[in-house]
Amino acid sequence: MNGVELRNVTKAYAGLTVMEDINLEIADGDFLVLLGPSGCGKSTLLNMIAGLEPTTDGSIHINGRDVTSLEPDERDIAMVFQSYALYPTMSVRRNIGFGLKMRGMLRDEIDKRVAEVGDLLQITPLLDRKPSQLSGGQQQRVAIGRALVREPSVFLFDEPLSNLDAKLRADMRIELKRLHERLGRTIVYVTHDQIEAMTLATKVVVLDKGGIQQVDTPENVYRRPANRFVASFVGAPTMNFLDGKLSQNGDDIVFDSGAGCLPLVNVPAEARDLIGRPMTLGARPEHMLFDETGISSRVLLAEPTGPDQYVRLAVAGSELTARSGPEQIFRSGSDTRILIDGARMTLFDSQSGQALLTA
Amino acid sequence: MRYNRLALYGLLCVAAIMILSPVFIMISTSLKSMDEIRNGSIFTLPVDPGFAAWSKAWFGDCAKTLGEGCGGLSSSFMTSVKVVIPALILSVGLGAITGYALAAWKMKGANVMFAALLVGMFIPPQVTLYPLIIMIRELGIFGTIPGLILVHVIWGVAFTTMMFRNFFKTVPQDLLKAARIDGAGFWRLFWHVMLPISLPILGVAMILQFTYIWNDFLLGLTFGGRAGQPMTVALNNLVGSQFGEKEYNVDMAATMLTALPTLAVYLLSGRLFVRGIAAGAVKG
Repeated sequence: MNGVELRNVTKAYAGLTVMEDINLEIADGDFLVLLGPSGCGKSTLLNMIAGLEPTTDGSIHINGRDVTSLEPDERDIAMVFQSYALYPTMSVRRNIGFGLKMRGMLRDEIDKRVAEVGDLLQITPLLDRKPSQLSGGQQQRVAIGRALVREPSVFLFDEPLSNLDAKLRADMRIELKRLHERLGRTIVYVTHDQIEAMTLATKVVVLDKGGIQQVDTPENVYRRPANRFVASFVGAPTMNFLDGKLSQNGDDIVFDSGAGCLPLVNVPAEARDLIGRPMTLGARPEHMLFDETGISSRVLLAEPTGPDQYVRLAVAGSELTARSGPEQIFRSGSDTRILIDGARMTLFDSQSGQALLTA
Repeated sequence: MRYNRLALYGLLCVAAIMILSPVFIMISTSLKSMDEIRNGSIFTLPVDPGFAAWSKAWFGDCAKTLGEGCGGLSSSFMTSVKVVIPALILSVGLGAITGYALAAWKMKGANVMFAALLVGMFIPPQVTLYPLIIMIRELGIFGTIPGLILVHVIWGVAFTTMMFRNFFKTVPQDLLKAARIDGAGFWRLFWHVMLPISLPILGVAMILQFTYIWNDFLLGLTFGGRAGQPMTVALNNLVGSQFGEKEYNVDMAATMLTALPTLAVYLLSGRLFVRGIAAGAVKG
């Protein structure tokens, strides 16, 4: 198949297995984001695709070709690094053209391609400068240009926006998305920033402890997390978790945490099968509803963010976060009532952490 | 604040005087005639300065010597140049390449090799002198300029390797990865990326190696023989083996002549030297 395929890829350092049996298919034209905390193995995985780190076992295929034992420059890939990794002694023009020169391309052809990429990324006026004379954002453009000019079939990005300030990061995010839509090339993108994952990806791979936790669209990773790790890693502020069990209260189903019963609304029918089983309930702040029929809770703190405010509540022996519009005023120490939108909650097995029921 | 400044400058002046006064005495004495030296103090300025002693130190005194040459430093100056230039290029060049290989490429035993180099640097040359003599003799180049060059390269390469290795270790890994993806192999990565980055260190290594090799006496005396007698050895012979009256002015002039090349290198490259020492990190 076209695109990238990892088959049973395993990585071990000095006998210590850090990644085991990774299987992943990246379709042609996908924008795949590898998302996970530091040390989850996402950069190792990217380096293995690039050929910068050897695989201990398994194989990697790019456009149907087994590249497992090929050098990085033979794999038809290009990579953009977090630190930009521009050659400090070369001008921007030579930086971009270096890969082509190494491939023995003729000077005229290199100049033409560099000029095209310069136009595309709007860095033409910078072509004769040295990297040290550029701002962070400009350096990042040059690094992207160096990847684009090669016209590889797969682009690899290793946390490319992490060194930029917040405003620039948002701008570059939009540009990267445009670039992907325009070029339609396969991109594998490593980040620990879930906003980047949500906004850019056509497909997200959530990694933790050297293993794939979930592969899905950004929407599904957010709405239907496969397990507790994914649920807690994706979303800010993080999802609320409550240990306890579902129980029947008249006609209604409530969540019994031991210290109190939280009322649920719109509970799906399948939930009835799970009554009594020990589990963890996960509910995002926006699925905590302020309602007169809810359970009494105490306001601990309100954090206005502009469009929303996040309210920390003491409910049934736990601290939970609920989202509210900016208009309502919550005073610390006052009482309010809260219930959970059962249609959007996720239930996890208390032992394995696997999702039992998702939206 | 002001007094601190004053004290600081005072201290610096004292230090400068202490360092420069011997140099002053040497220059002043070398410009005097022997009569003036005999009758005056070494601290007085020359009454009738002249370069006769300098000329004698450089060209020698053909009336006094027998056989070939006139005993001046000019011929050994050329020997020193013939030794220093190849030894400099080879020791710095090889050090750059091995330092790069040790720092940028994952090799089995790289750390052991580096440790061995470090140990090698701390062994005094006197200790290995005899084994080296045997090695060079076996190669059939003992007592020749190539033999002396080889010994200098062997001694220099440990030091230059360490300098380059430590410098190249500070180059970000991402830069090396980027070059590999761009298709630069061992030599092209070295030539196009690493060597241009290392220019300041290259400058420092050149200056230090030049100074070491030029100022070396022991190795030149031991390995150079008659054909490969460098300027320092010739200076020693000139100063130490004269009949009759000691010609202080000629001795001083000869010493200044021997020291001039290193002095010139420092003065001309002072900026580069400081920049290289300050260049700890590479800015991406």
